[in-house]
Amino acid sequence: MKEKAIHVVLMLLAFSAIAALAVITAFIFKEGVPIIAKVGIKDFIFSSDWYPLEGQFGIFPMIVGSLAVTAGAMVLGVVLGLACAVVLTQFCPQGMVAVIKPSVELLAGIPSVVYGFLGVVILVPLIRDYLGGPGLSVLASSIVLGVMALPTITSISVDAFQAVPRSYREGSIALGATEWQTTHRVILKAARSGIVAAIILGMGRAIGETMAVIMVAGNTLDVPHSLLDPVRTLTSNIALEMGYSAGDHRQALFATGVILFVIIMILNSIALTVSRRRVRKGAAR
Amino acid sequence: MKWLVLIGVLLLLVVFLGFGWGGRGQAAIDVVGSTSIQPFAEMLAQEFNRQHPDNVVEIQGGGSTAGLQAASNGIADIGMCSRALKQEEAEQFTAVTIARDGLAVVVHPSNPVEDLSLAQVKAIFEGQATNWKEVGGLDRPVRIITREEGSGTREAFMKLVMGKGRISRKALTQESNGSVKELVKHDPCGIGYMSLGLVGGELKALRVGGVPATEAEVQKGRYPLVRPFCFVTKGPPDVKARQFIDYVLSAEGQRRLKEEGLVGAR
Repeated sequence: MKEKAIHVVLMLLAFSAIAALAVITAFIFKEGVPIIAKVGIKDFIFSSDWYPLEGQFGIFPMIVGSLAVTAGAMVLGVVLGLACAVVLTQFCPQGMVAVIKPSVELLAGIPSVVYGFLGVVILVPLIRDYLGGPGLSVLASSIVLGVMALPTITSISVDAFQAVPRSYREGSIALGATEWQTTHRVILKAARSGIVAAIILGMGRAIGETMAVIMVAGNTLDVPHSLLDPVRTLTSNIALEMGYSAGDHRQALFATGVILFVIIMILNSIALTVSRRRVRKGAAR
Repeated sequence: MKWLVLIGVLLLLVVFLGFGWGGRGQAAIDVVGSTSIQPFAEMLAQEFNRQHPDNVVEIQGGGSTAGLQAASNGIADIGMCSRALKQEEAEQFTAVTIARDGLAVVVHPSNPVEDLSLAQVKAIFEGQATNWKEVGGLDRPVRIITREEGSGTREAFMKLVMGKGRISRKALTQESNGSVKELVKHDPCGIGYMSLGLVGGELKALRVGGVPATEAEVQKGRYPLVRPFCFVTKGPPDVKARQFIDYVLSAEGQRRLKEEGLVGAR
């Protein structure tokens, strides 16, 4: 009897987390979808005219902006994060791991406005002086976001590497493979699904980040043509204008949220299918 | 164990109730809106709160449009709006002009350009003049810095300078006077606009149509870019809000505003 009661209570608690997700989703869609229908989905996504006070809502430059910034951040974050994880799990003495891993994870605890502030004060002037352009740019945002995604990617990849059974490594070395061949051909392959999870979570952090991006991205309404051009992302569009907006404008910001939601869903499912397909192919071989 | 939980819950209750009572004890006058007026209002509120410990004023930013919204749905007692009210807004609110403010067109101090006509400012912000040499400066690209949609400063600028024109899509958008200042301060190619009272010594405010951007010229009515700073209430203000508005309009309040670089209401 008591057992059953606890069972029910735990079930309820578990579902309340999902209920929160469902309510948020329903609310965003309820607020955002009518305006998309009114403007027309094609115009909303592919028009570059964002003049909310004149009733023109086109978020194409921001979609491009979000994707560009996220892609840039992922290049940086994945390369550095994976390299860090490989070194930490394969080539590093235990004592150093005990120092390096917590310090990388500490990066996750720094508030995003501090990243943004450092970006504005240090990174932006460097880019403006040495590379040209206004400094506030795709590049600056990518670097800031890449660093922000680093702890997520590193620590989850480390866990994934550590979950690979020791016997794989020992077997590979016993067959005459070098340390690097073992890491590259065996450990990386075996830990693939964990690495994909790390990348997905890192990507989620990058595409959803708002405060730091507002500070370093420049927030123009133009489609960026180079790494040195400023951009506005979907999230910063919402945050910049939310306080002021009313009526259709407000709904259009919710609609921006809907698009962001859909983009994240698409990216996640692509990443998941890719990882699953590769695993299956690998098994067949 | 059970006792611990019980004590914990009781403690939480006490804390929450404490906050509830504390909150009710001091019904503050909430003043919400324009980030351009905010620093001036905070300064006045500090003095007002010292003189009237029983009538506390709290200032919050958020922007002109947010201020109007807050005043309209009762979240704020007074809304701050840094632009002239639109027709339909004027019908809905009671507005008091507390001061006038010049809108300065600012550039980096190293920029040799001193003077732009209104038409040149418009051409720059529309994105038609993209190089400083087109308006008599060095051969450098122009970097436009604007405020976000819905900002009172932006709307005042649109009305006074742009007319029906649109600000270029290439304009960098910043969300406060402070960050516009920060950008222009470090960018020799930058041009932005901001409240004259907040320009300070690190930026150069351009002459517009030959008239220097100074309080004196705003006062004389010669400087073309001037906007009102308004306090708005939904219907006539209640006694407590009235007290603060009266303080702001009093000789002392006006003197303080002038000391900070604004121009008196009348």
